[in-house]
Amino acid sequence: MGESLDGVKGKRVVFVTVGTTCFDALVKVVDSQEVKDELLRRGYTNLLIQMGRGSYLPTKSTGDDGSLAVDYFTFSSSIAEYLKSASLVISHAGSGSIFETMRLGKPLIVVVNEDLMDNHQSELAEELAERKHLYCARPPTLHLTIASMDLKSLVPYSPGDATPVAKLINRFLGFPED
Amino acid sequence: MEKNTSCSFSNLSSNLGISCFIAFIAIILVRVIYVIYGTGKPLSKRSPQQALSTLIVLGSGGHTAEMINLLLVLQKDRFTPRFYIAASTDNMSLQKAHVLENSWADSSGVKGISAEFMQIYRSREVGQSYVTSVWTTLVATVHALWLMIKIRPQVVLCNGPGTCFPLCVIAFIFKVIGIRWSSIFYVESIARVKKLSLSGLLLYKLQIADQFFVQWPQLQRKYPRAHYVGCLM
Repeated sequence: MGESLDGVKGKRVVFVTVGTTCFDALVKVVDSQEVKDELLRRGYTNLLIQMGRGSYLPTKSTGDDGSLAVDYFTFSSSIAEYLKSASLVISHAGSGSIFETMRLGKPLIVVVNEDLMDNHQSELAEELAERKHLYCARPPTLHLTIASMDLKSLVPYSPGDATPVAKLINRFLGFPED
Repeated sequence: MEKNTSCSFSNLSSNLGISCFIAFIAIILVRVIYVIYGTGKPLSKRSPQQALSTLIVLGSGGHTAEMINLLLVLQKDRFTPRFYIAASTDNMSLQKAHVLENSWADSSGVKGISAEFMQIYRSREVGQSYVTSVWTTLVATVHALWLMIKIRPQVVLCNGPGTCFPLCVIAFIFKVIGIRWSSIFYVESIARVKKLSLSGLLLYKLQIADQFFVQWPQLQRKYPRAHYVGCLM
């Protein structure tokens, strides 16, 4: 899986995204000393958190003292650029975030929001984790996943294709095959 | 003597009324059976010039992204005019549809867009209790009826949001009454791997969708009338 190295002195950014949701549990745990220490240990230098509609505010840090540099924002019209410059993405289990990240070939840890009713999102995360396209974690176990993850073992995801559906729809409606 | 004739007249008219009512119910039943029998039967051959008016139901989050992915591989001159419906509380979806339509208009140099964008009241918000949802679904259904009477689409494309259920039911009723025969295509969301969404389950069980697509093999095994088409994203 591609890991981007920013031109500036081997900056390795971990980008955290919760999409348009409120996922304080993830933002909180990512801001915890346990997780930050683990990220430092694995060689990451920066932590950027897109916190969405959450109310928990992380603590910013310049990282000048050798600690992890931490910054955050609420929303962006497009997170594509942040994803592209990240070395690791930690995301909520929304399908949009998951597929956007995988299409860019970025290593991904998906954290399922246990507070959501009818947690249908977890099915997708678990299935993709089983197929080794990403890692799946819960907020309390995130630091363990970070400690033990082997990003080279992740299998790249081949983008899907909507043409089979289009063919069937056209055939049903009586349109000629292209 | 007058009383007798007026009694027998009212008897006659109430008998007539009851007969009409029974006949009406019978006709409806026959039509329903006819529609259910016809649902899922491919249409006869048509030329690419015989475009079909298409209703596209958009849902928040990943739903719209998946739908746009599908629209990109459909020949847009076969599916025109296009009507996009999104929930009134969903701000992003119609914007994304606008962007798509504008890019198509730009590339083909065609003046004027053959697309309309509408909003509909939601049947149920995420996390809303199922009890209050009954009322909001009824309101949404009446609004949906109003929109559907204006659009009368020949093709309905939907992929899971609750907004699509009232629209599909109305499309089915239009088939029964004979207002418009439509082909209803339902693509279950990629996020549904082992269980169908509520909209999907209802449309599958009630056999309202003409073609029902799933993106994971586990669902195809569980719901054999569904077509497994692999991941769209």
